[in-house]
Amino acid sequence: METAILQAQKLGLEIEGKTILKDIDLSISKGEFVTITGPSGSGKSTLLQLVASMISPTSGDMLYKGKSINTYEPTAYRKEVSYCFQTANLFGETVTENLAFPYEIRKETFDKDRAIEALGSVGLSADYLDKKVTSLSGGEKQRIALIRNVLFLPEVLLLDEVTSALDAENRKAIGKTIRKLNKEKGVTILWVTHNTEEITEANRKIDIVDGQVKE
Amino acid sequence: MNNLEITNTSLILSSVLIIIALIVDYKEQLGLGKDIFIAAVRAVVQLFVIGYLLSYIFKLDNTIVTLAMVLFIIFNAAYNAAKRAEGIQHAFRISLIAIGVGTLISLAVLFVSGALMWTPSQIVPITGMIASNAMTAIGVGYRTMNSKFKDQRQQVLERLALGADVNQASTAIIRDSIKSAMAPSVDRTKTVGLVSLPGMMSGLMFAGVDPTAAIRYQIVVMFMLIATTGFSTMISSYMAYKSYFNNRKQLLS
Ligand SMILES: Nc1ncnc2c1ncn2[C@@H]1O[C@H](COP(=O)(O)OP(=O)(O)O)[C@@H](O)[C@H]1O
Ligand SMILES: [Mg+2]
Repeated sequence: METAILQAQKLGLEIEGKTILKDIDLSISKGEFVTITGPSGSGKSTLLQLVASMISPTSGDMLYKGKSINTYEPTAYRKEVSYCFQTANLFGETVTENLAFPYEIRKETFDKDRAIEALGSVGLSADYLDKKVTSLSGGEKQRIALIRNVLFLPEVLLLDEVTSALDAENRKAIGKTIRKLNKEKGVTILWVTHNTEEITEANRKIDIVDGQVKE
Repeated sequence: MNNLEITNTSLILSSVLIIIALIVDYKEQLGLGKDIFIAAVRAVVQLFVIGYLLSYIFKLDNTIVTLAMVLFIIFNAAYNAAKRAEGIQHAFRISLIAIGVGTLISLAVLFVSGALMWTPSQIVPITGMIASNAMTAIGVGYRTMNSKFKDQRQQVLERLALGADVNQASTAIIRDSIKSAMAPSVDRTKTVGLVSLPGMMSGLMFAGVDPTAAIRYQIVVMFMLIATTGFSTMISSYMAYKSYFNNRKQLLS
């Protein structure tokens, strides 16, 4: 059997005596398109953050390509397993600063044409580059945060309710962009969403209830 | 020379000023009475002790003793700066390195340039001035860093999630901390002589030194303070930000 790209082994998280996640066993193959649903507060965001190594589990282990994620250098790992926050704030002053950041941390020069193309793919014009982040709506921030994660393609994309503040039209556009990343570029997708249309697009659905998996 | 003697009688009579402060406190019910009283007593005791100590050290004029005094000042400054560093690990060690290196470099430049002579009566007060400014500046830097890591928590997390290293995720916060720590020194340098006459220069003029000579010292002091606060807070900020992260490069809560 081919080793899974991601594998959770009895993954658990306890914070100050409170169990947030318990005994999560999961196996995700390369190129899979998985949606994660579940009631609010059930631990979906926490699970994605554990997978992204933004936090560490208090029990169990998380494997990436067959090895514990603790054996990877965190910055290199997060470039491959990229987490997009549920409510992105964006940082710095302008949109450009946000889109240039992935280049900056790789010591590469900012590719403006590529950034404009990426903006276009989520329905935003080139004018957005010079906009102040404080002037953007929640939906605009979500879209910019998303392209920030995919300017350099990750192996795994962890999406946390990234379309919650969007209208139906933009939601469709984002959905298309994400499916394209999966089908054409082979990016493995884990997508937390409540939207039924988005869920039916996936090849697998995982339910998280009370910090446990109900597949 | 001017008459620089304050008699015991004048000293005691001038404590009327403290009584005025206590009356204000009582009338306005500020509840500061105890603090004012303790502060005044502490000031008198501390200054008398240090006065006699310095007088002894100046007369002794011994390199080892002078160096010991310099180290004592630096240690004290570091200890006080570290108290303002809630949540920052190894705050004392960081403060000690930052203030120590900043102070010693400034002293060395002044010494090599000939602005300062190796006598205790110059080395000790200048060290005190440098170290206390570095101490205040570092404290401001720590506080800024703490509040920025709270306010900008989400932004730091987003940078980390994109694969940024801890320094890349903290660049803006480190810069703000250094800036806020240096701002008072820069402002003071801009307005020097216009708003207040600085202590160093006033002291020299009190002692009968010509103002045109006194300002030369003041110029050196201002430059020295800008350099030291900048250098010390740079060191402390670059060492302190790391304690907001663990070894998995996760932002601590
Ligand atoms: N750092 C934390 N400290 C304490 N409790 C937390 C922390 N992070 C998340 N939780 C709790 O864990 C539970 C799951 O949160 P979350 O993963 O955000 O849920 P979801 O994304 O499914 O809505 C919630 O009850 C939340 O309050
Ligand atoms: Mg959530």
